[in-house]
Amino acid sequence: MNAQPTTAQGTEWIDIGRLDDIPQQGARTVRTPDGDIAIFRTRDDQVFALWDRCPHKGGPLSQGIVHGHAVTCPLHNWVISLENGEAQGADNGCVHRLRVKVEAGRVFLEGAACPAKAA
Amino acid sequence: MKNRLVVVGNGMVAGRVLEHLLASAPDAYQITVFNAEPRVNYDRIMLSPVLSGEKTYADIIIHDDDWYAERGITLHKGQKIIAIDKVMKTVTSVDGTITAYDKLLIATGSSPIVIPVPGHDLPGVLTYRDLDDVEAMFASAAKGGRAIVIGGGLLGLEAAAGLMARGMAVTVLHLMPTIMERQLDTTAAFLLQREFETRGIKVLTQADTKAILGTERVEAVELKDGSLLPADMVVMAVGIRPNVALAREAGLAVDRGIAVDDGMATSDPDILSVGECVEHRGVCYGLVAPLYEMARVVAARLAGNHQAIYAGSTTATKLKVTGIDLYSSGDFSEGVDREEIVLRDAAGGIYKRLVIKNDQIIGAVLYGDTRDGAWFFDLLKRGADISGMRDTLIFGQQYAGGSPLDPMAAVAALPDDSEICGCNGVCKGTILSAIATQHLANLGDVRSHTKASASCGSCTGLVEQLLTLSLGEAYKPATVQPICSCTELGHDDVRRLIAVKQLRTIPAVMQELEWKTSAGCAKCRPALNFYLLAKWPGQYRDDSQSRFINERVHANIQKDGTYSVVPRMWGGMTNARELRAIADTVDKFSVPAVKVTGGQRIDLLGIRKEDLPAVWADLNAAGLVSGHAYGKALRTVKTCVGTDWCRFGTQDSTGLGIRIEKFMWGSWTPAKVKMAVSGCPRNCAEATCKDVGVICVDSGYDIHFAGAAGLDIKGTEILCHVDTEDDALEMIVALVQLYREQGRYLERIYKWAKRTGIQTIKDQIVEDAEKRKMLFDRFVHSQSFSQNDPWAERVAGNQAHEFRPMADLAFEGIAQ
Repeated sequence: MNAQPTTAQGTEWIDIGRLDDIPQQGARTVRTPDGDIAIFRTRDDQVFALWDRCPHKGGPLSQGIVHGHAVTCPLHNWVISLENGEAQGADNGCVHRLRVKVEAGRVFLEGAACPAKAA
Repeated sequence: MKNRLVVVGNGMVAGRVLEHLLASAPDAYQITVFNAEPRVNYDRIMLSPVLSGEKTYADIIIHDDDWYAERGITLHKGQKIIAIDKVMKTVTSVDGTITAYDKLLIATGSSPIVIPVPGHDLPGVLTYRDLDDVEAMFASAAKGGRAIVIGGGLLGLEAAAGLMARGMAVTVLHLMPTIMERQLDTTAAFLLQREFETRGIKVLTQADTKAILGTERVEAVELKDGSLLPADMVVMAVGIRPNVALAREAGLAVDRGIAVDDGMATSDPDILSVGECVEHRGVCYGLVAPLYEMARVVAARLAGNHQAIYAGSTTATKLKVTGIDLYSSGDFSEGVDREEIVLRDAAGGIYKRLVIKNDQIIGAVLYGDTRDGAWFFDLLKRGADISGMRDTLIFGQQYAGGSPLDPMAAVAALPDDSEICGCNGVCKGTILSAIATQHLANLGDVRSHTKASASCGSCTGLVEQLLTLSLGEAYKPATVQPICSCTELGHDDVRRLIAVKQLRTIPAVMQELEWKTSAGCAKCRPALNFYLLAKWPGQYRDDSQSRFINERVHANIQKDGTYSVVPRMWGGMTNARELRAIADTVDKFSVPAVKVTGGQRIDLLGIRKEDLPAVWADLNAAGLVSGHAYGKALRTVKTCVGTDWCRFGTQDSTGLGIRIEKFMWGSWTPAKVKMAVSGCPRNCAEATCKDVGVICVDSGYDIHFAGAAGLDIKGTEILCHVDTEDDALEMIVALVQLYREQGRYLERIYKWAKRTGIQTIKDQIVEDAEKRKMLFDRFVHSQSFSQNDPWAERVAGNQAHEFRPMADLAFEGIAQ
């Protein structure tokens, strides 16, 4: 499905779907020409967006188990914080976050402000 | 000739009297019991979990038919006593039978009050007292609709929670401004009301019922303020009235209840009375603990001990709604001669209030954190002087005297007469001395010997601490490996506590067992999901978000984020049609790699996630189903050809392998289970390094188990020999079911067997035919819910969102 950007006060927010399209304690993906973005929904209904690539070996974070505000990568169990994209515990690495918001039950991803994905 | 004891009524208190009496004077009486209800003695307090579906009637029976028979007690079910002649010393039952007594015990209990508003006798207006009421509620709730509960006291709120769990829309009406006003102060009542409203139950206070409306049955409730509330069911929970008619007509002294003295005797010395029907020193009790104390005195008196007296009780209440912690005791009304200490934690939803008078606790209300309930109650009952610990009193026992936070110190410091089990009135000293003198070794022993933690179960943690205190290392292993960093508890503790505390969901487990994190982690969530599934088959709703990705999407994730698909090949046998379907799928989806697996089947590698449903559809069309190559489940049953083809084959190994696989596929297990059946001792299917293996021999089948050929290499142990295929299946299924019930998540059978002991397993499976059959039946029951092809469910569209992106941003704007 194609999503059209809407402009509000200078920032471009893209409507990517409904909050209810994302399972709680789970994630859905958004496909882009540069790869997938993982959109996470926590049990307390907060939404986070990270590039769907674990800083370890590129595993799909969207497929991991979500717990609190963190996700465990399904490939080698790195735990990544949804709030800042940092690997937790003894592991080092970071995945870029994108800005996302929820309004009236719909999820919006920030378009123009997305930095290029981290190496 | 023995004296004759006749008991009118067979409720929980009457049952308790009989237990005490038989323990102290088993041959004193010929006992006959008349029960107006057509059943045995059951735990009426546990009707709330039966209503909500957390327990069944069978779970709450206290004394079954055998119990009465074994003790020579004649029980007349469904025989109400309609008259007592205290001169002739006889009772008359409803069918006209006259029975003589030497001693009579009246235990007629109480009846729920039905407010006499117009419409109170319409069909659909129910009370909440016994099993018949609960069954009537089930019948009504099955049709769905709206329920109105009149009465926001302890029972009404439990009924509301239970009906909501059954799927009805519930409203509670309460006359007073705050709910449970007998037990709670206004703040705790507010917190409780808010909790109920969060769960979707409407609560209307200061709601005065004017009439119940309807023609053929209940349709609505009208309040005095004019509002009309539609209803399909109305439950009256406005209080109870002692059943005194029988006693009154017999000429006994009756007030609100049957008057009894401190020896539990009525105005006639040969007639005693006990339970909710009595009034003692002006008080009628409706909670079980004081009634059980009365029961003890009655039994003592009947046994000839005339020193035993009942002096009244202080009581505490606990609300039995899963997930709500509420405890209250004593007098917590406000007044000038008293002061209070209050602790509030709004974010944590905790409220604690102690009412102090003359340096003694006279009342306590705890909401949200009730761990110190027993300790405060003990201080209250003893009238202890708390002036020395005023500053830290509200924080609980841990902080009294600045002792370190050692959970064992808390229970060690309790005095011997402190009450551990409130339902049954069992104190610490009783439990400790029972453990010592009767060599009790575990919770089950303590329950059966002392009754502690045998009723509502909320003191189980304390009882276990007492066992640890008494037996030290003999009770628990030297170190208990916690499941993960979210908890101190090990796997076995959690499995046991799930059963004992009747925990039904992952959030309930985390709350009740005090998980350190809000939502667990990737280690414990899948484990809990399995434990709950194994414990409550058909009732627990699987939480797919707590499953590892492979199980969640029924395929194995590869290093590049693609998946592998492995259809089942029963017993390693296939045919041209299946191979053709697999080959066509490979071509159609350009599958990059095709591999024959060690499990005697074919693996398609490199399939994109979004293609999975389509791949499955094609495979399903050819009759292929999921091979569960991704799961903590039965993987494969490998075979070598037996008597079908092989010149050395002794039995039909292929046939048996296929039969086992078709019986057991789809079941979830603590870790993967791999099996094999070899047609003769040459063992071409390599059965002797499997979780479960069969070696066919001329005389039948040798069943092997506990092998390993992965990270460890280990040959199997022999479980037993059987002569027939049917026996082989029964043995294997029972073994796997035992493993499902006792194994720790991710623990393979060989590790479980080492930990448990080969002989212990054999004792339960091979030696004990009855247990084997029960295990077999439990597996079959569980299979009835889990033997489904998950691929077919997905092909049919189940949770299709899993396999599709939520958005596809085809333009450049997203990444500059």
